[in-house]
Amino acid sequence: MGNKQAVFTHEQLEAYQDCTFFTRKEIMRLFYRYQDLAPQLVPLDYTSCPDVKVPYELIGSMPELKDNPFRQRIAQVFSEDGDGHMTLDNFLDMFSVMSEMAPRDLKAYYAFKIYDFNNDDYICAWDLEQTVTKLTRGELSAEEVSLICEKVLDEADGDHDGRLSLEDFQNMILRAPDFLSTFHIRI
Amino acid sequence: MSQSPAFVLNVLETPEDPEGSQEPSPYDESEVHDSFHQLIQEQSRWVAQEGLELQQRQPETGALGASGSDHENLPGPEGAPVYSMATLRILASMPSRTIGRSRGAIISQYYSRTMKLRRRAGRPQLRDMGRSARPSLRLYDLELDSAVLEEEEKRGLLVKELQGLTAAQRDHMLRGMPLSLAEKRCLREESRPLRGKQRAQRRHGLLSCCDQLRDSCVLASHNLGLALLSGLQALMPWRYALKRIGGRFGSSVLSYFLFLKTLLAFNALLLLPLLAFIVGVQAAFPPAPGGPVPAFTGLELLTGGGHFTHSVMYYGYYSNATLNQPCASPPNGSQCPPEAGSLPYNMPLAYLFTLGAALFITCITLVYSMSRSFGESYRVGSASGVHAITVFCSWDYKVTQRWATRLQHDNIRTQLKELLAEGQLRQRPQSACGRLRRAAVLGIVWLLCLGTTLGCTLAVYTFSERMIESPVSAEREAVLLLLPLVVCLLNLGAPYLFRILATLERHDSPVLEVYVAICRNLILKMVTLGILCYHWLGRRVGTLKDQCWENFVGQELYRLMVMDFIFTLLDTLLGELVWRLFSEKQLKRKGKPEFDIAGNVLELIYGQTLTWLGVLFSPLLPAMQIVKLLLLFYIKKASLMANCQAPRRPWKASHMSTVFVSLLCFPSFLGAAVFLCYAIWQVKPSSICGPFRTLDTMYEAGKVWVRHLEKAGPRVSWLPWVHRYLVEDTFPIYLVSALLLAVIYLNIQVVKGQRKVICLLKEQISNSCRREAARLPICKDAAGMSAPEVLLRRPPPTPVPKRSPSPAPGAVPLSSLLSYWTSHHLWGKSLSQHSGSLGLAFPWTAEAFRLVLTLPRSGLAAQEHVAAIAGLAEYSVASDLVPRAPSLPPGP
Repeated sequence: MGNKQAVFTHEQLEAYQDCTFFTRKEIMRLFYRYQDLAPQLVPLDYTSCPDVKVPYELIGSMPELKDNPFRQRIAQVFSEDGDGHMTLDNFLDMFSVMSEMAPRDLKAYYAFKIYDFNNDDYICAWDLEQTVTKLTRGELSAEEVSLICEKVLDEADGDHDGRLSLEDFQNMILRAPDFLSTFHIRI
Repeated sequence: MSQSPAFVLNVLETPEDPEGSQEPSPYDESEVHDSFHQLIQEQSRWVAQEGLELQQRQPETGALGASGSDHENLPGPEGAPVYSMATLRILASMPSRTIGRSRGAIISQYYSRTMKLRRRAGRPQLRDMGRSARPSLRLYDLELDSAVLEEEEKRGLLVKELQGLTAAQRDHMLRGMPLSLAEKRCLREESRPLRGKQRAQRRHGLLSCCDQLRDSCVLASHNLGLALLSGLQALMPWRYALKRIGGRFGSSVLSYFLFLKTLLAFNALLLLPLLAFIVGVQAAFPPAPGGPVPAFTGLELLTGGGHFTHSVMYYGYYSNATLNQPCASPPNGSQCPPEAGSLPYNMPLAYLFTLGAALFITCITLVYSMSRSFGESYRVGSASGVHAITVFCSWDYKVTQRWATRLQHDNIRTQLKELLAEGQLRQRPQSACGRLRRAAVLGIVWLLCLGTTLGCTLAVYTFSERMIESPVSAEREAVLLLLPLVVCLLNLGAPYLFRILATLERHDSPVLEVYVAICRNLILKMVTLGILCYHWLGRRVGTLKDQCWENFVGQELYRLMVMDFIFTLLDTLLGELVWRLFSEKQLKRKGKPEFDIAGNVLELIYGQTLTWLGVLFSPLLPAMQIVKLLLLFYIKKASLMANCQAPRRPWKASHMSTVFVSLLCFPSFLGAAVFLCYAIWQVKPSSICGPFRTLDTMYEAGKVWVRHLEKAGPRVSWLPWVHRYLVEDTFPIYLVSALLLAVIYLNIQVVKGQRKVICLLKEQISNSCRREAARLPICKDAAGMSAPEVLLRRPPPTPVPKRSPSPAPGAVPLSSLLSYWTSHHLWGKSLSQHSGSLGLAFPWTAEAFRLVLTLPRSGLAAQEHVAAIAGLAEYSVASDLVPRAPSLPPGP
């Protein structure tokens, strides 16, 4: 217990608890997971809010993300400057969004960002191709991929501008009952 | 208007546009319309401010801003159309574009959300101040000079709002915001009420012990919840196995196993009441043994006779007395006064009502699950989103193991291929000759199949007649197995014949192929069962005068079920394992056999029908079925994993489960229900065994009870009355069924109408979108300058001949602009009429009018308009806007 108290101040823990979907215990567990990634980098004392970032190479090697085809995108979306290097805040944020408790809107927002590979706030055909290729390990022919992208755009693009806006995406998510359960990482 | 020299604006003329960008400056227009100069200046001031502000804000935009607001306001890097500042401003303030886009937008969105929350909480003192910022038309208001709050201002307001909320609400709101954690912590810090902060600081030292206690309580409850959750997951059997099957063989094979699981649930549902109210009670009060019980030989497991005959397994064992009554008198237990002993238990009634209730529950569940699965798979527009949903929502982020992710990759790839294959099949054209030949082949194959079915039916019939003619002695029970053997052989052989015949047909849709196979097998099985039912109820009842014919029928069904199971095992062994070994060793082929989904599902449905048919004569038959299904699951799974390969031709199975459930409902359950009803209402029960031995029909038990109730006293006199007038009198039944039919018909019509309207609306929207897309480039260019005209609703200027037929790039003909505006205007009107016809009270208020008028200059797609107008309509319906629509207060 004393160890836990030393890592964060009471206020810090409370703030984390209020701003994420985690309990105190889970926050501590996540912190130790984070610390384990780079023991020599991350101090065991966070009371003074040190500016530490764990590089993407280590984040991406977590078992939760290791085999995820979108691990790089996830890290980029949640990292502060889009390079995949994460502070503790980013790390907590990521797992908070991916937790079971996070509402559909929040999950859909971040899912949209993850699938928006070129960060232009729209999922365009190129983004879609990337997504499909990653989903199928590149085992579909280019023709099939482009056909699928065409179909997806045809279905989900409500305003016919050739790309999916966040609204289109959210509309589409509404029709997928199991999105909430699939967009979920257990810690 | 009159002095305007030209109506074609050539932007190329402007000197400060070095690259000839297609963006007209607002100042150009001042030459066209002097009267708008004022407005334009105002607007350009805005633009300038906007630019300055953007520069200021950029360094401080957080993690989100880096990817969010920059992209929103600055021109795209390559290929992206270049908008003017004003356009961007409008674009940015459109509701759909702002959802979670920039930090400011997120903040303002949540600000309005807190408003809603607060309004719901119903705090009067806060309500007055929120007037100007309620989620209202002003969110959709695009006027540049209206009160669009600045980000910081909004942030301040949001903080204030958060302060007004209770702690729980505030935390909930904060957690749900798509902002970075640091931002959230800042907001939280700022929005914590001062009082609370001080108190928290003071409390920290004093009450930390109390805090810890509370925390540990919370933690304990949380842990308890987690444990319960994991317990719930343990309750869902075979989750992992199903996932593996789905990952390796795709959704089609998975649907077979899911169906098996559903059947298990149905049987459990049927078995539980039977166990509780019939079997359990009878086992607790066993009747006097009727004679010597034959020794257990082992053959009973196959025949179901011998040792099992006088047990709770069959109808004959159940007594016709009132159990649990000290003065029980065998023929009629009702002669005892009810208050004499403990609660009397009338076995015949219990038998009848429990069975009826159990079947009724099954029926309701079946119909409900059928309707739900219909609703899920045949929703309007549901087919339109499968690709997108598969691409975006099918990846399971939880999966952590390497081989599991590979399975998932394979599964998704198969699914996508299935979808593509289905889509391509629809487009292939066909020649008339080919169609004719195919129709001929189809006809011949169908004839052959039906002929086979007829032959099978005749075979079963003649065999059953032979069985009646040569009565079997008790010692040679094994002979009784002949009839089930024949039936099962036919059931096993005919599908193979059908399969061979089906290869002649060459359906190009795999789904259609499966449906046809299902249909043929179903016809065969149902006809065979129909003949057997006739054999039992029509012929056996007459010949088995001195025996318990109910027991015999129960045993027959038991035998059929066991035989069916054995043949399924054989089929699995021979059809899958031996065939695989043979093809691997002898033919040196690499391909494994494919899993025959249609045939296997039909087996399941057939087995379930047997269970339902036999439940009256053998109440423990559902238990047998459960055991059978459990074994089947593991055997089929093992065989599938070892011997089969994923379907070569991928096909979608989304509607498969719906079809399976409907088949289970329509021929299977309905047929069994008809059989049981006939047995209960029409057939005389045997007079030497069973709970109904003294009665003419089983249904008489109910009548006897009602008569007894009549005698019992005035307290329950309404029940006989109900019985006489509602059940025995046919008129109310006819009336009720007629009413029901009428209601169903009306509902169908209403749904049909709604579907039509939905389709029309969809078509209209997509048409408008297309038109819009065609016109969009024009308005994109003109967005900056058309605003004043549209706003002030000036009459259109008189058309002046154009300078050249095709204006230079960047030149915008004003007339096209105006026609664009007009089309919007008209379109908006038509939409309002449409929504009016739908019953949405659409207030054509000044606000709405202004909204539609201001839309064109934003250069947005029609979807935005729809969203805005629909939002308007919704808002007006939801709030009390409609009655006082004309007097809507103007914006602040």
